[in-house]
Amino acid sequence: MIAIIDYGVGNLFSLASSLKYIGADSKVTNKKKDIIKADKIILPGVGAFEDASKKLYATGLVDTLLDQAAAGKPLMGICLGMQLLFERSFEYGEFKGLGLIKGDIVPLADDIGPEYKIPQIGWNSLKFTKDDPLFKNINDGDYVYFVHGFYARPGEQTAATVEYGTDVTAVVRNGNVCGTQFHPEKSGKVGLGILKAFSEEK
Amino acid sequence: MITKRIVPCLDIKDGKVVKGVNFKGVRAVADPVEMAAFYNESGADELVFYDITASIEGRKIFADVLTSVASQIFIPLTVGGGINTVDDFDRVLKCGADKVSVNSGAIRDPELIGEAAKLYGDQCVVLSSDIKRVDGEFHLYTDGGRTDTGMDAIKWIVDGVARGAGELVVNSIDTDGVKDGFDLELLDIIASKVSVPIIASGGAGKMEDFTELFRHKGMDAGLAASIFHFKEVSIMDLKKYLRGEGIEVRI
Repeated sequence: MIAIIDYGVGNLFSLASSLKYIGADSKVTNKKKDIIKADKIILPGVGAFEDASKKLYATGLVDTLLDQAAAGKPLMGICLGMQLLFERSFEYGEFKGLGLIKGDIVPLADDIGPEYKIPQIGWNSLKFTKDDPLFKNINDGDYVYFVHGFYARPGEQTAATVEYGTDVTAVVRNGNVCGTQFHPEKSGKVGLGILKAFSEEK
Repeated sequence: MITKRIVPCLDIKDGKVVKGVNFKGVRAVADPVEMAAFYNESGADELVFYDITASIEGRKIFADVLTSVASQIFIPLTVGGGINTVDDFDRVLKCGADKVSVNSGAIRDPELIGEAAKLYGDQCVVLSSDIKRVDGEFHLYTDGGRTDTGMDAIKWIVDGVARGAGELVVNSIDTDGVKDGFDLELLDIIASKVSVPIIASGGAGKMEDFTELFRHKGMDAGLAASIFHFKEVSIMDLKKYLRGEGIEVRI
């Protein structure tokens, strides 16, 4: 069972529907015992980092998430959920993340020309920078759907980027912890392929 | 590279897809769930659903339709029509919408834009505007394009973006249903004043209309209904054509 962490941020209907569609058993939950029982965890999220981070800490589940990640359970962050895995975010201030992925979240606007709109909204094509288990059902160049105004500059744990005036981190991985800046649950067949690959991670 | 988006729009009344010409003479076309599945298969980048039902009973049917689309179709869904309060946002988001389009409800209560942006994020709030030329000025219309508010549409849109609208649907009543191309004069003015994504609506009649649209700076997406519904233009053919013209699209 995949535990989808519900901490009051965003709409989890599509994510739960996508997992059901690919035949993966999932549960939207904010209970510690479900997270411990689950064989995989997804940390979703939309909105602003500070608000989401406060809400996540308020659930009292952060230590459980960190323990489970340390124990080797596959954990995937999606969109803001991916950003929460990083060390710090500079979205309207400076905030601490979970520190499971190296690096910072910074304003996209600082690194790209004024001809690029903020947020990046739409479909962009993946450039693989490493092999990753998440890519087993998809191809380099496949399109996925993004909605974000802050981003991670590519680093050693980046597995794929997209071009939006600069190279934007699209997929990250540190062992059993991974994340996507885009929304696989909104990225058609390609996104379903990524979720399927995650659901089959050991 | 980020792609230009092709967005079919489904106007839904009492559970059926309908499409009028210049907003009048509405006629039923097909089952929305079937059509959404068809568009998903044929390469649509996202879908827009406008609920043009007036009755409470119709709204319930719409919620069922939306839930059923959202549980089978995994591309972004935008929902509009009858959105007057943040409770209406909540109602359609719970049925699986990703973005919510506000129009007349925001004209009646502009605070709605900011309240919703604060609760759900800017990316969730799509400001949709129906615009028509009146004595050489762009007027904002309301009530499905029936009533002239007398307001300056450009000012309204700039103000809406400042309040937190994260994306715009710009619908030209002058070109809607005429099938002679998008209203590029209007769209260019708006693109020069805002920096959020613009979905152009009203006037697409042939593939060349999309090429012309996307050659204009600041145009992110083209929305159309009847040319896709009546299969005058197939989305996949359109995308192949656009790619041939050097325009980045998702195929």
